[in-house]
Amino acid sequence: MQRALSVQSLASRRRFLGTAGAAGAASLTLSPLSALADAMIKLPLPGGPDERSITTAFPQKGALILQRTRPPLLETPLEVFDQSVFTPNDKFYVRWHWSLIPSTVDVSSFRLAVHGHVNQNLSLSLDELMALPRVELVAINQCSGNSRGYFQPRVSGAQWSHGAMGNARWTGVRLKDVLDRAGVKPGAVQVRFNGMDEPIVPDAPDFMKSLAIDHARDGEVMLAYAMNGEQLPLLNGFPLRLIVPGWFSTYWVKMLNDIEVLDQPDTNFWTKTAYTIPDTPHANVQPGQTGFKSVPISRMVPRSFITNIKPGDALQAGAPTLARGIAFGGDTGVARVDFSSDGGNTWQQAQLGKDEGKYSFRQWQFRFTAPGRGSQVLMVRCTSSSGETQPNTPYWNPSGFMRNVIEQTPVVVS
Amino acid sequence: MLRQVLLTALIAAAALMPRGAHAEEKLVLKSVTADLPFGDRMFPDGPGSEAVNNNCLACHSAGMVLTQPALSKEQWHAEVEKMRTAYKAPIDPKDVNAIVDYLVGLGKPRQ
Repeated sequence: MQRALSVQSLASRRRFLGTAGAAGAASLTLSPLSALADAMIKLPLPGGPDERSITTAFPQKGALILQRTRPPLLETPLEVFDQSVFTPNDKFYVRWHWSLIPSTVDVSSFRLAVHGHVNQNLSLSLDELMALPRVELVAINQCSGNSRGYFQPRVSGAQWSHGAMGNARWTGVRLKDVLDRAGVKPGAVQVRFNGMDEPIVPDAPDFMKSLAIDHARDGEVMLAYAMNGEQLPLLNGFPLRLIVPGWFSTYWVKMLNDIEVLDQPDTNFWTKTAYTIPDTPHANVQPGQTGFKSVPISRMVPRSFITNIKPGDALQAGAPTLARGIAFGGDTGVARVDFSSDGGNTWQQAQLGKDEGKYSFRQWQFRFTAPGRGSQVLMVRCTSSSGETQPNTPYWNPSGFMRNVIEQTPVVVS
Repeated sequence: MLRQVLLTALIAAAALMPRGAHAEEKLVLKSVTADLPFGDRMFPDGPGSEAVNNNCLACHSAGMVLTQPALSKEQWHAEVEKMRTAYKAPIDPKDVNAIVDYLVGLGKPRQ
């Protein structure tokens, strides 16, 4: 049994929590039934738990892997990435921090506020925004913790497989154009972004992220009102989402309705404390290591995946086989992709598909004949345009961020 | 009202225009109302399950907790403290030990 909860009832629950505290929470009565699931999937996470439900219970969304119902964490199944470099909107992964997500967005009353260290405060309607010069960009949105479930030793957090990412053509306006309209005053240091979602506990930190002023005005960071030619699904941030090409998704604030130009560095929890990584090469530390300095996570790093052959698949010995998948350079393009059918002993260059821009997934393919018989490991490796190559052994950090080791696809050749 | 008329006129004009280059297409945003599933699954029965149900389910559903790897007592304690201090969860301090013990038990084989 599933229960639809409107924002109004969430708001009253929130007030209830705020006044009654723990005693209030204790008196909530919840039904023990849950039937969101209509199928199961196994994710090969070391040590488990490896079973997840496939859910179709979310609005504007097709079948996705259910990691959490509330606030929603929905993962894209890997086979979706085999079909196109563009991730369909109804299959695009979902990740929210707080459960008070407006269930209704009215396009005529929506306003984007721009304020703070500016010459003129703005309150822009969607029509006004859409009248600004229109830009398009293909870019990958990837959760900082994508593939966290493969960290060893395992770490706490959403136990994602590789599907907390997606690639879309974003349509919208340049953040720079919006900021110019407000007129940024001299001395501005950062720009802070806030969406319409809110924590259910009133004094919990509202989800906000900041970018340095120069980054915000680089002409690439944009406010998107469409993805893949259509308005954004509610759960991907309708009606407006910040697009920060090449950077992890934590900065891509959803349901964006407030932009504040700051003349002091942002000290809010989500910018300063959460989403930080060790300030070490590759954000790598030893498990248990302490005393290292931490810095906010930022740019993405190269990754690649085989999308048409799954771990455990059977291949025919001596038969020509096509391996295919996607790669990306991180905050720059893909220079080359190499493929190995013998566990990384030998590598050969794969053929690259159409270039949709440096922030996009790039399809690759390679024809090979499986060597010998028995167990074998297929691997794929991306080298970015800036010369950065995926590592052979995984880096580790306690938050499970930025995984980009060369992934392994074990197969059986017979 | 005027907006409605203008919008209707715009849609009509758009329909009359030849389908040309992508950039020429007019995108019209439509209001959305979409209720989200609540996720009312309870934590499996066991010592401490009442404390977990009472303190945790107001802010989030059970699913992500139940798919965590086996974490140590120290790790679970840190998680519960993060909920209390960073995320301001109104967890009764006297329930913390029961919650931690229950969560540690999740990582052990169940009968």
